Amino acid sequence: MNDNDPIVLAMQVKEIVQALELKVYSGEEGLDREVSGAYVSDLLSDVMGHADTGQLWITLQTHKNVMAIASLKDLAAVILVAGHKPAENTVEQSNEEGIPILGTLLSNFEISGRLYELIKNR
Amino acid sequence: MHFEYNIEGGDFTRAGYASSQVKKLLKKQGVEMSVIKRTVVAAYEAEVNVVAHAYGGVMYVDLDDRQMRIVLQDTGPGIEDIQQAMEEGYSTASDAVREMGFGAGMGLSNMKKNAHELNIESEVGKGTRVEIIMQIA
Amino acid sequence: MLVKEIIEVLDARLLCGEERQDYGVEVAFASDLMSDVLTLKDDHVLLITGLANMQTIRTAEMSDIHCVVFARNKKVSPEMIELARENDIILIECRYSMFKTCGLLYGSGLKAIY
Repeated sequence: MNDNDPIVLAMQVKEIVQALELKVYSGEEGLDREVSGAYVSDLLSDVMGHADTGQLWITLQTHKNVMAIASLKDLAAVILVAGHKPAENTVEQSNEEGIPILGTLLSNFEISGRLYELIKNR
Repeated sequence: MHFEYNIEGGDFTRAGYASSQVKKLLKKQGVEMSVIKRTVVAAYEAEVNVVAHAYGGVMYVDLDDRQMRIVLQDTGPGIEDIQQAMEEGYSTASDAVREMGFGAGMGLSNMKKNAHELNIESEVGKGTRVEIIMQIA
Repeated sequence: MLVKEIIEVLDARLLCGEERQDYGVEVAFASDLMSDVLTLKDDHVLLITGLANMQTIRTAEMSDIHCVVFARNKKVSPEMIELARENDIILIECRYSMFKTCGLLYGSGLKAIY
């Protein structure tokens, strides 16, 4: 399996929210978006260049451009790690775009590890 | 003992050289590992700040048996509002600096958390002076 | 988890530190933000990152991190390897995404920092 191939998981954002006990900050309308996989990165240009449609973006970046990139790349949702909270204008943008911003207290490594366990057999 | 290291603004390949020298110096003095780490993390963040924001600067290091005093004096744009700059997440870093893995607004708070004493003075349009004082014994 | 086990699990390439493959890491941390790495207090940390430049090595040096995995097939320069050697830092190059790298190591029992 190519690492970056879009995979059909037949899994929606809300199922992952439930399984990993994620907090939903905004963009509730997008909770039934289909998830194709996940991409972990804190570098915006890297996500612009390499993330694929439908992926969950795991990051500790709360930079104002995060939602712009999520929207351009048509990502399923953004997961902010380590208790990072989105800024007010990011929340607004997330609601407008219908792309959820989710949160966890776990680190990049641990939430990725758990999510990988969850989807590897799908 | 007194040492001076030049820091080139914008030169990210060499950023950290001065802090690396500080680490070697403290190791040679037999300073406790946890204190060495706190010192060099504060010094390194300060050094990266000079590289990221200023045209250039100098790191002055003074060491005696009990204390290390590190002063970074730069020529550069200065800091308009130091209080605001200290807030975690606040940053004026360019996109280029962010792509280097810095500029997420954690530098000054990292310095504050690690330094035993931190003093910052700045004049807009002139430059910034950062003083880090560490008790090493 | 030992360096040689990490290399096997990730089907990765060791760039320097050949003689220290029995070095063991206790916890892992994945980040591209160096200021974030500089906040860590733990010992025997494995750093997983997609940021491959001189500052990655400098940050490992300042944080007493002795093993770094570069994910996303990032290419490491000879200058980086030289600086890593000087500071006893083991460098590993891995072609997987950061997500898959974390997934495989977590699945092999490596613990997170917090």
